[in-house]
Amino acid sequence: MEYTLWILILPLLGFLSLGLLGTRLKGKSAGYIGTALLGLTALLSYFTAWQYFSMDRVDGIRQALTPVNWTWMRFTDFLHIDLGILLDPISVMMLVVISTVSLMVHIYSLGYMDGEKGFQRYYAFLGLFTFSMCGLVVATNIFQMYIFWELVGVSSYLLIGFYYTKPEAVSASKKAFIVTRFADMFFLMGILLLSYFTKTFDFGLLCDPANQSIFASAAGKTFLGGAVLSWATALIFIGAAGKSAMFPLHIWLPDAMEGPTPVSALIHAATMVVAGVYLVARLFPVYFFFTPEVLHGIAYVAAFTALYAAIVACVQTDIKRVLAFSTISQIGFMLVALGVSSMGTVDNGLESHEGLGYMASMFHLFTHAMFKALLFLGAGAIIHTVHSNEMSRMGGLRKQMPITHITFLVACLAIAGIPPFSGFFSKDEILTATFMFKPWLGVVMTFIAALTAFYMFRLYYNIFWGKPAQHEHPLHEAPKNMTGPLVFLALVTVVAGFIPFGKFVSSTGAAYIIHLDMKVAITSVVIALISILIAWKFYCKGTSTVPAKMAGFFGPLYTAAKHRFYIDEVYQFITHKIIFRCVSQPLAWFDRHIIDGILNGIGWITCRGSLAFRWMQTGQLQSYALLIILGALILLCISLFC
Amino acid sequence: MEHIIPMEYYLVVSSIMFFAGIYGFITRKNLIAVLISVELVLTSTDINFAVFNRFLFPQHLEGMFFTLFSIGVSAAETAVAIAIIINIYRNIKSTEVRNLKNLKD
Amino acid sequence: MNLLSIFVAIPVLMLAGLFLSRTRQQARIISATGASLLMVAAVALAFLFMAERHAGNTAEMLFTASAQWFPAWNIGYSVGVDGISVLMILLSAFIVFTGIFTSWNIDPLPKEYFMWFCLLSVGVFGFFISLDLFTMFMFYEVALIPMYLLIGVWGSGKKEYAAMKLTLMLMGGSALLMLGILGIYFGSGATSMDIMDIAQSTIPTALQKYFFPLTFIGFGVLGALFPFHTWSPDGHASAPTAVSMLHAGVLMKLGGYGCFRVAMFLMPEAANELGWIFLILTGISVVYGAFSACVQKDLKYINAYSSVSHCGLVLFALLMMNTTAMTGAIMQMLSHGLMTALFFALIGMIYGRTHTRDIREMGGLMKIMPFLGVGYVIAGLASLGLPGLSGFVAEMNVFVGSFQHADTFHRVLTLIAVTSIVITAVYILRVVGKILYGPVQNPAHLKLTDAVWFERLPVVVLILAIAAIGLYPSWIADWIHTALEPIVSRLTLAAL
Repeated sequence: MEYTLWILILPLLGFLSLGLLGTRLKGKSAGYIGTALLGLTALLSYFTAWQYFSMDRVDGIRQALTPVNWTWMRFTDFLHIDLGILLDPISVMMLVVISTVSLMVHIYSLGYMDGEKGFQRYYAFLGLFTFSMCGLVVATNIFQMYIFWELVGVSSYLLIGFYYTKPEAVSASKKAFIVTRFADMFFLMGILLLSYFTKTFDFGLLCDPANQSIFASAAGKTFLGGAVLSWATALIFIGAAGKSAMFPLHIWLPDAMEGPTPVSALIHAATMVVAGVYLVARLFPVYFFFTPEVLHGIAYVAAFTALYAAIVACVQTDIKRVLAFSTISQIGFMLVALGVSSMGTVDNGLESHEGLGYMASMFHLFTHAMFKALLFLGAGAIIHTVHSNEMSRMGGLRKQMPITHITFLVACLAIAGIPPFSGFFSKDEILTATFMFKPWLGVVMTFIAALTAFYMFRLYYNIFWGKPAQHEHPLHEAPKNMTGPLVFLALVTVVAGFIPFGKFVSSTGAAYIIHLDMKVAITSVVIALISILIAWKFYCKGTSTVPAKMAGFFGPLYTAAKHRFYIDEVYQFITHKIIFRCVSQPLAWFDRHIIDGILNGIGWITCRGSLAFRWMQTGQLQSYALLIILGALILLCISLFC
Repeated sequence: MEHIIPMEYYLVVSSIMFFAGIYGFITRKNLIAVLISVELVLTSTDINFAVFNRFLFPQHLEGMFFTLFSIGVSAAETAVAIAIIINIYRNIKSTEVRNLKNLKD
Repeated sequence: MNLLSIFVAIPVLMLAGLFLSRTRQQARIISATGASLLMVAAVALAFLFMAERHAGNTAEMLFTASAQWFPAWNIGYSVGVDGISVLMILLSAFIVFTGIFTSWNIDPLPKEYFMWFCLLSVGVFGFFISLDLFTMFMFYEVALIPMYLLIGVWGSGKKEYAAMKLTLMLMGGSALLMLGILGIYFGSGATSMDIMDIAQSTIPTALQKYFFPLTFIGFGVLGALFPFHTWSPDGHASAPTAVSMLHAGVLMKLGGYGCFRVAMFLMPEAANELGWIFLILTGISVVYGAFSACVQKDLKYINAYSSVSHCGLVLFALLMMNTTAMTGAIMQMLSHGLMTALFFALIGMIYGRTHTRDIREMGGLMKIMPFLGVGYVIAGLASLGLPGLSGFVAEMNVFVGSFQHADTFHRVLTLIAVTSIVITAVYILRVVGKILYGPVQNPAHLKLTDAVWFERLPVVVLILAIAAIGLYPSWIADWIHTALEPIVSRLTLAAL
């Protein structure tokens, strides 16, 4: 299946050609070239998926394939960076997700970005991003993943800062890059630590349950009180947390909304932000077999993040920010599911239900990518018309934008977990897995699910119902090339839940038969419906005074949530006040004044010293002569008497 | 050869001349006087050369030659020095040593 | 004539040609031709070297030649190259070539400027081809002296102070170096100053302990070793563009090159024993340089401090004394050479237009000069280690290699050095965000123009070189591996 290489080459080709030709191309034609290349990529991905999933299983287990693997850089005899393609259920699933969403975004942007300056640049960066993201998911080894991990980071930086004349966009892009870079540093440290003991970067070797001797050299070794392997996997998780915006490294994601909305849909909702989930899933055997405590830690961190983000999402007024926090919360769901999961056992070609969490996480990743991209693209259509991100500038849009309205509603129902939309199925599996792990965590997650339904419908009612705001120009439905992707993604969202996902992806590679746990399903649906009802009561008419009263009642909590619990301020304090003021500036001062001062001091002493001896140079011939003679006499005496 | 003047006498004379020259070189204020003092020093060494040659190595003549050579050199040197002094006098209207410290500043 | 002597002969001929030239145009043509010839020669050397290695010639040094120069002291002119020297010569040829084009409009006294520039390249090339300690030292001095005039006459800002400081500090370094070299020569009891001959005999460890620090610091001053790095910010800030390029791009590499070729190769026992002291110093350089760069306001100061950090990493990796880390060090030399040259070239071009280097007075330049802006972003991304550009492969070799060290001390230091990748990102993005993005700060800048052909040429050449190393590192890695083998084996042998 060497042709899968073209999945990477085509978007890269798009990036290079559009980037180099630049403004020599007409904006529109750049868009068409980019979209056409991406269309081919998507077709190739679908074909790959079809071919891969129709291959025979061996002993009921799907096998991983490595059609391409090429040593790029050799460090030592056993450590080398390979660039290659690894096809296994999750990477193929991710390829499908990435190319689908990316294609939709490419088509959608033809309408959304119409008339913008820098169309070529935009499509070039989208190509770069798609290339890097595909490279990330098909990585055969952890270092290749790191390489593409950095590349997606930089494409995200470039795209967030697309409107580079806007100061907010510039600082948001900077923040996104630096925060993720900070996390990547830990990722790199984790890689160094892990590879020092295992002597390999290769996922195939790391994740093979039969090949556990490579971890033997780390056994019993501790560093600062923790086992080295736990350190390694925890550090790697910090890298994952940075990309996936887990608390407290989530601060970049809401700001990243300064980028063009389709970019938010692609990078900051559907693909790049789930890279962390993907990384944990990729290394799941390592986490599960060697450092289960880290895996559980991941679950708790993720659950906390999900709760935090859901609360904050309830009070934001910028629609993209609401979606951003909802993304953080949903990624939390995925990571919780991974954290609570166990490795399934294979019996008779079927996987036991211990591996439910893993499957649920990947399932949710898949469905979430679709409906969240849909939500963002819908929000983009609204912003395109209203020219504002603020909820207060919207209201009653259902009449002017019927298609956007229906598709947005579909996505909201999906994320709220209402059957038969896709989100219901995946979320339900996650809740079931969580209840299996620790019932109290299950209760927390159900509560978060209720919050999700509430804030999504708050958003929905505020945009499409409620009081219409005043606009100078008539509002209109988005053009066809924007509504097309919306409709397509809505259709996917409707049907995706009925995919027998467990047959394709599971923790062991064996088929997993999904069955709904009715108790969990009914509770969650009822709770979601109640939340929607509350949202309807509060926001549908736009006249209810209850929300304002609630805000007053929860006073400090409300204000804190509105300010995202002041996490940004804490960071601001740490970076500006501590790093800049207390480290960098004193260091720079130290360099200029102490170190350089010492050197200048040496020069000064030399000058002074020579001045001190200057009186000896009288300029009088006779005094020199006297000194010469005295010197000669002294030497004479020494030679005579010593 | 008992009637011969002993070597020490010559050396005493040349030492007196040498130190007189040095003293003059250091203390005289006039450049001409300084020059004369230098000549004294040079002459005293010439005497030494001749004496040592005569008493220690009578079969050789290098010392004598060197004395002649040295007299020649000192004559040339005196000529150059006088020329310099005349030029100095033309420039600063003085032959005083302590006025000559332009190089220092 | 020996193949390698061409690299000294071409600049000398250029000097003669420039001496006879009458007009600015003639001086330019002679310099450009000479620089192109050097480039051709360097590329040809690379291919010949490859062919020779391919043919199975496994000698440590190729194309060797030797002539007695001062027989009484066994000083000879002996030359020879291994993979690392070839790469360094290639790097120098690139930088000289691009430097000539960057100083296309130098004013005043173009002829004299190019002459000094040529003399500087004589020293640089001579240093990289020499195998004889004394000749090496002589070329080293030849490379340092013209710096004084180039900064003092054609510089900007506090140029006299900077020129004096740079020259005195580097001369101080070379005084130590001279002592070190004499110590090596007499300590080894060898009958020639040729490095390869000296390597045959061992220097007593007790003597090494004196002369290793002298030699290492002597070269280290030029390699911006903390705390002897302060000439770098002032010197780079005041020097004219092409001189900054050549200085940061090549001259600072002389330091790193000397450190392993002379200090570590000839005195491996002391290197093992005293390495930890310098390891701490270089570790400080790495983090300290990066932090200091974060708060600078002058573009050139930012780059100078970033050079301190990056060159610190070179010495840091050398002292880890294993093949991977040292490969990383050499790659970092190349990568840093190319990317600082690019940085300084771009800064020079921006400064030539805006007449300021203060980042607070610039903004939104990307819209006005997109070519220079994109170039700057690429240089920045290379500097912060984006995969696909040269910085990444160098840093990863350094980090992975250093982390393979058996001592926990070394591994912890490596983790500390790893933090520099974040700080680098901070200062690079800060500058890019301030000067290139955002709204246009100064309305007068709106009238400025983008780069013209002789400015685009060096930028494109350097970017291509950076990308070439970053995308396909294994070819240079192979050369470096082979070249490092004798050095690393001596070092490991000494460690036992």
